[in-house]
Amino acid sequence: MKSLMGTRLRERRMAQGRRQGEVAGAAGISASYLNLIEHNRRAVAGDVLVRLTAVLGLDAVAFSEASDGAMVNDLRAAAAAVAADPDQLQAVLARFPNWAGAVLALAQRAAGLERAVGALNDRINHDPHLSATLHELLSAATAVRATADILNDTEELDADWRARFQRNLAQDSARLTTGAQALVAYLDPAGQAVAEVSVTPQDEVMAWLAAQGWHLAAAEAGGVDEAGIATLASAAAQALARGVAELAAQDAAAMPLQAVQAAISALGPDPVQIAQMFGTDVIAACRRIAGLPGLAVGLVVCDGAAAITHRRALPGFALPRAGAGCTLWPLYTALGRPMQPVEAVVETTGQPPQRFVLRAFCQTRLPSRFGGADRRTAAMLILPAPLHAVAQAVVGPTCRICPVEGCDVRREPSILSAVI
Amino acid sequence: MAGHVMLIEDEPNIAEALRFILTRDGWDVSTLADGATALHEVALRRPDVVILDLMLPGASGLDILRGLRADPATQGLPVLMLTAKGQGSDRAAAEQAGVTCFMTKPFANAEIVAQVRRMVRP
Repeated sequence: MKSLMGTRLRERRMAQGRRQGEVAGAAGISASYLNLIEHNRRAVAGDVLVRLTAVLGLDAVAFSEASDGAMVNDLRAAAAAVAADPDQLQAVLARFPNWAGAVLALAQRAAGLERAVGALNDRINHDPHLSATLHELLSAATAVRATADILNDTEELDADWRARFQRNLAQDSARLTTGAQALVAYLDPAGQAVAEVSVTPQDEVMAWLAAQGWHLAAAEAGGVDEAGIATLASAAAQALARGVAELAAQDAAAMPLQAVQAAISALGPDPVQIAQMFGTDVIAACRRIAGLPGLAVGLVVCDGAAAITHRRALPGFALPRAGAGCTLWPLYTALGRPMQPVEAVVETTGQPPQRFVLRAFCQTRLPSRFGGADRRTAAMLILPAPLHAVAQAVVGPTCRICPVEGCDVRREPSILSAVI
Repeated sequence: MAGHVMLIEDEPNIAEALRFILTRDGWDVSTLADGATALHEVALRRPDVVILDLMLPGASGLDILRGLRADPATQGLPVLMLTAKGQGSDRAAAEQAGVTCFMTKPFANAEIVAQVRRMVRP
């Protein structure tokens, strides 16, 4: 559905590698208005069309006529989809151009939503967390229904049985509630409103760290906050959290709070210099920097399989909830080049785009003997970019929710671009 | 009628509810929560009907069904399989393995009772 004027203007602008704000400014309209036009939410005609086509080096008349011709074809396809009379197309287009545009915009949106549903459907079928959660919900619903039927339909139910079934009912409705909350949290892409409900043990630990501002106060005195760890729901999460807390205590002992804060004030958040200064490894320095009180620094850590083991996002730099991140992150470059610092200034795909400095490093261990395989851990600090830093690349969170078009390392289609 | 229903289901509350309604309908009900010992228990206790959950710890309902059909003694034993929505491919596999009929979770108690009666005395 390329006939819509907005879509074609957007394609033209992107082909020229120009930003919305710049083109809008040159045409004398606001960037948000251009955004609406480009997404076919506002009709474009008259002066605005003349100025926009001029800015983009197009001939206004030819552009409109080409749009009309292409529109007839796309309208025919849209009409066929809803079994409308194709013979009236020309008349509709001539008399009600805005309505014809609206029909096309709706058809385009419907096609986008169909693709999004397809993507979500795939996710439901292939996502192990989701199918486990759904199975749990269905089991609880089955038990509730069978038990409620008995309580409802059985005349003269013995008091013992009644008490027993009522207890079962209470248990299973609690399971339903927990399961439904977990599902909502998992499916809610923003996750802000319901972020407290965690699905995987790692999610749970990250939520626990986030609730403490990513700083484990007990670690400063060499301790592990057992009481806090005990509040985590699953044994797996408790084990993970204990590991995190023990490492934090080690890091705090090697890099005392005031000394490391002074070093960062003097040198900036440079994990290589911090590691040299305190005689630690660079990954430990990254962990320490991203675990200091009051310091907004994001951190992603992954293992040798590139599986993410720690995710602290920053506002504006979203991290995927599960699975691997964007291949363009320096984290993955570093993973393939152990012991070499990799730094990049990047721009995010969010609205508005923001720039960050990413510093990544991969550390190896040799746990067996000469000739034995190494063990790799990579970490990436996410730091706000200085004012005039120039972005070298646009990076996304992960393909599924990344809108970048024509990316040469895309693994799977985005569900976002299909919807927008 | 006093037939014997063996219920192989790992969810204790579902098993309890089913046991209750079938017992009230006049059946002897034995329950089993683990798939691993299912074949052994069926051979030992010779039920008239088996209600089998598709997803079980130890062994899948599908494996148990195949085991039952491979044994001449239980080749014709009526088996009612409990499945959840979205298990379409498993359901097709169970049909191929010779299941007698299906019930989709969540189910109505009366449907289960009616189905079990039909299976034993068609």
